[in-house]
Amino acid sequence: MAEIVTTPNLENPDGFYAELLTSHEGLTKAESDAFNARLILLMANQIGDREVLSRLLEAARR
Amino acid sequence: MTKLFEAPLYPYKRSKDQDAAAPVRHPVVIIGAGPVGLATAIDLAQADVPVVILDDNDKVSVGSRAICFSKRSLEIFDRLGCGDEMVDKGVVWNVGKVFFGDRQVYDFNLLPEQGHKRPAFINLQQYYCELNLVERIRALQVEGKPVEIRGGSRVVNLNQRDDHTLVTVETADGAYNLEADWLIACDGAGSPSRRMLDLDFVGRVFEDNFLIADVIMKADFPTERWFWFDPPFNKDQSALLHKQPDGVWRIDLQLGWDIDKEEEKKPENVIPRLKQMLGQDVEFDLEWVSIYTFQCRRMEKFRHGRVIFAGDSAHQVSPFGARGANSGFQDADNLGWKLKLVLDGKAPESLLDSYAFEREMAADENILQSSRSTDFITPKSEISRIFRDAVLDLSEHHAFARPLVNSGRLSVPCVYDGSTLNGPDAEGLPARTRPGSPATDAPLADGWLLDWLGSGFHLLGIGTEVPETLRIDGIDIAGVSIPAASAGQELKARYLGDAASAVYLIRPDQHVAARWTGYDRAAVENALAIALGKGGEA
Repeated sequence: MAEIVTTPNLENPDGFYAELLTSHEGLTKAESDAFNARLILLMANQIGDREVLSRLLEAARR
Repeated sequence: MTKLFEAPLYPYKRSKDQDAAAPVRHPVVIIGAGPVGLATAIDLAQADVPVVILDDNDKVSVGSRAICFSKRSLEIFDRLGCGDEMVDKGVVWNVGKVFFGDRQVYDFNLLPEQGHKRPAFINLQQYYCELNLVERIRALQVEGKPVEIRGGSRVVNLNQRDDHTLVTVETADGAYNLEADWLIACDGAGSPSRRMLDLDFVGRVFEDNFLIADVIMKADFPTERWFWFDPPFNKDQSALLHKQPDGVWRIDLQLGWDIDKEEEKKPENVIPRLKQMLGQDVEFDLEWVSIYTFQCRRMEKFRHGRVIFAGDSAHQVSPFGARGANSGFQDADNLGWKLKLVLDGKAPESLLDSYAFEREMAADENILQSSRSTDFITPKSEISRIFRDAVLDLSEHHAFARPLVNSGRLSVPCVYDGSTLNGPDAEGLPARTRPGSPATDAPLADGWLLDWLGSGFHLLGIGTEVPETLRIDGIDIAGVSIPAASAGQELKARYLGDAASAVYLIRPDQHVAARWTGYDRAAVENALAIALGKGGEA
């Protein structure tokens, strides 16, 4: 069973959070939704491991 | 363009059965002279099983209908003796383009895997496929094989008895009865046989309508597959352009469920749409237009005593991925040898239950695949549309997103994992040729592996010697031994992997029954018993 990281793993968490929100600035709701979908797909491909992705989907559902 | 579909191919002729005092008994009666019925008849006739095909019509089907014939179907046609005719006439394409909204997002070249006799698929109008199959039946008749097509013969009643079915046939000369030891219903999605026997056809996962048009281009047009998601000329729906032989182009426009079919079919409505699609300057003739309605569903059981369902009568899928006719040929392929052995008393009747098991499993796989395509093409919720559009947007600049674009997955044959006919497997051999899988073609020093296998049970020895002939329980097994030194790279990769030698028992439908790393007669006997549905130790 693949392990996923659910303990702090982000370098500069405040900076990342701000950048994430900044990326959405000026977007309509529909544009933000599309942005998020593209981001999820890009991240999923970056991770690649199908088992890890399944664990992440489970964790997100909780 | 000859109007092939206007010529009677097997006109009604009075049969001597109609003048018999009592209903004449036949070992096998097939209802429906469509692609699946014809293919099943050829397979049986080649094995000297007498077979009668009944069809209410006397012509090939009108319009292009099924147009994409997969590699596995071509391999089956080779076994049925008409592969070259199909491939010589068919169109092979490799370049596809994907459009989203008003722009092209990417194009691709299929670059099919090398080392196969047949291409990944060909495009061919269904009527040419049927014509080739009918011509093959004519050739078999000349050879004296016991096969007969009775046109203008509509089955109007079926009466299931203990060991046969009483079939009532209506003709221009009135009705007559005949008896069938085994009845194969290949009478299409609207199967009258299914209705006459009051059988279910459950599922209806999806329902949709397609406007299907065959057009003849008056000038050159590229041999490519074009697929549109949500194009301006068909908002929120899809469209497909495909090349066929004779300069005919097939266009599929998705229409959705709630439409006025008669209105959509009118040329004054069709032609402006096609002009938007092809370009205002492209000149074409509209040859045929039809509305195709599909639902995803299958019968719960494909075998009902001595009545067996094959092709669209048993299962229906969306057109995405060409899994309709192609899966029907695999039904025929699976059924022929089993029925022959049961008729010859060499296998128990229960062998036919494995037809149902294996082909029901295949139907589920096809329905799953085509449902996934349908979900992508026609998103069912806001969020599924958001993701679909995100995939298409990303596909324009990022190759990673392209495998997620699903406009229909190439039809590949089902691997019968978990089938009761599967014998032992040997560790370390390649997964793609495990028991239950269709044997993968590979080039040999003098020809192709699948041509060597042909029909009948075979024992394939690679890097080891197997007997040239074996006779076990009245079944002949032909041996093919290929020394390691003369085995090519493809054969080794597909059948040996890291092993030095391998022995494969292959069924008459070219699916792997069992495999080992060396030859042992007792092991083959055991695996054969399993493959015949007689049990044994797996």
